[in-house]
Amino acid sequence: MEMKVAQAGTLESGDILVRITPSQESGLEINLDSTVAYQFGAQIKKVIADTLGELGVTGVRVDATDKGALDCTVRARVTAAAVRATGCDVWKD
Amino acid sequence: MSTLKERGALVAEAARKMDKPVYDGDIFNKTPEARRELQKQSPKLATLEEAIRKSGLKDGMTISFHHHFRGGDKVVNMVVAKLAEMGFKNLHLAASSLSDVHAPLIEHIENGVITKISTSGLRGELARRISTGLMEEPVVFRSHGGRGSAIANGDLHIDVAFLGASSSDPLGNACGYSRSPNAKSICGSLGYALPDAQYADKVVIITDDLVAYPNTPNSISERDVDFVVEVDSVGDSSKISSGAIRDTKNPRDILLAQQAAKVIINSGYFKDGFSIQTGSGGASLAAVKYLRDSMIEKGIKASYALGGITAHMVRLHEEGLIDRLIDVQSFDKVAAESLMRDQAHKEVSACEYAAADEPGSAVHYLDIVILSALEADVNFNVNVLVGSDGIIRGAIGGHPDTAADSALSIIVCPLLRGRIPCIVDEVTTLITPGKTVDVIVTEYGIAVNPLRPEIAETLRAAGLNVVDINWLKDKAKSIIGDAAPLPFGDKVVGVVMNRDGSVMDVIKNIEDPEL
Repeated sequence: MEMKVAQAGTLESGDILVRITPSQESGLEINLDSTVAYQFGAQIKKVIADTLGELGVTGVRVDATDKGALDCTVRARVTAAAVRATGCDVWKD
Repeated sequence: MSTLKERGALVAEAARKMDKPVYDGDIFNKTPEARRELQKQSPKLATLEEAIRKSGLKDGMTISFHHHFRGGDKVVNMVVAKLAEMGFKNLHLAASSLSDVHAPLIEHIENGVITKISTSGLRGELARRISTGLMEEPVVFRSHGGRGSAIANGDLHIDVAFLGASSSDPLGNACGYSRSPNAKSICGSLGYALPDAQYADKVVIITDDLVAYPNTPNSISERDVDFVVEVDSVGDSSKISSGAIRDTKNPRDILLAQQAAKVIINSGYFKDGFSIQTGSGGASLAAVKYLRDSMIEKGIKASYALGGITAHMVRLHEEGLIDRLIDVQSFDKVAAESLMRDQAHKEVSACEYAAADEPGSAVHYLDIVILSALEADVNFNVNVLVGSDGIIRGAIGGHPDTAADSALSIIVCPLLRGRIPCIVDEVTTLITPGKTVDVIVTEYGIAVNPLRPEIAETLRAAGLNVVDINWLKDKAKSIIGDAAPLPFGDKVVGVVMNRDGSVMDVIKNIEDPEL
């Protein structure tokens, strides 16, 4: 799959900024900076990994800056970033 | 015929009986200078270093400060830097509150200049470092009323108070504003500095506008002042708040404000002559707007507004809707200027404002208070000091004082802030006990303390959405999911005092999130 750097989201409170960068490694690397890291860091990383897994996206690094987004928001931003990175519109195709 | 000379023996006899000396006329010398010149030689005028030296300050003593310049304060950093330079160690810093701007204290704590802190609140980097265990001794947190009581009853003894003032004459008559054309700063009420001025062993006024005697009407009296120090600047007034009335456009704040106003209007306390205090948050200020409409419509006027006075309250006062303003702290420039020129806008000390043991304190006669919260729990306990991440990020302020003493205390807070729930099983830190909290307004419904069934009944009858607090807590949890427990350590970094002088809670250290 041909991929490029792409991002989705904002730094507004309640949102998350997700940036996907193609990497040489095969797996998934997630760097998370979150205002609620203590309480929800593991959960947010899980949602990011699950969402990308469902979309079949691997070999990427995800840099996420979270401002307290709910799971549904995290899923939406990760999906949008993945669509932009892969050029594969999961909502249409 | 009786002459002075002839009575000399009798004078000596009277003096002997009274154990007093006989008057010696030779020791009196007339001082001929014009008094405008003479006052410039006031023995109280000193440089900061001279004032510190003459005050008798020693290692281990307690120094105090007020926080009326809020984020614009320059006095704490200036004085502590000077104390560090002079080699002082082991000092107890007792401020009415501390904020982001006081991050330079970290260095002075690391160097042993400051080893103990008492305050109402902490914010920013200083708060984060203290939360993760910077200090050996826990910080002692008191409410504004609690601090006033502690100073008055000796629990908090102040050796030397360093009090910033926007004007002072050479004898120490000082104000939080200046009437001179050279005015450099304005903070309005000096309410939190007044107990310090009254009870500290030595008082140093630090001013950026040294004006001619007499600087009256004055907030702090020369009788309480030992030294007057002139400096370039005591504070940046623009960081208090400009005071421009901006109505919030945040739809959630507007909804919360409308609900809070409806609670007040239907509470049974919204009657002619009622008294009210509001916080400075967006929802709280917007609630005042809705109340104003209702006051005009129903012809109801308030006897006084207390606070924490804002431009909003000044406007209502000037419109004749609020008879008097009682001001312990001016929240913006409009309030500060009103305090300077308006007789009905009264400055009060922290004790007269909110001390539990002062029968005349204004909170005792407060009908309604609108307050905010970081968290409230199912027992109506409220936390306004420690964030849900375990890091100190706020101030107790007058929260527990006004909640306890008012007839009706209303907490306004959203159910969630981002992913942080505001209605929880148990607050991270206990600041305002649930028994003192009557109503909690959220955008999902209004919870009423079971101790006040009559309020629940009257709000329900008025058609308001009264819900169980446990339902709100469950609702929050259903949206955000389960939070992992916070990584608290075993060290006590803070002690929370109740306003009655008892110890109510402690704050444990938290692992540094940046490690």
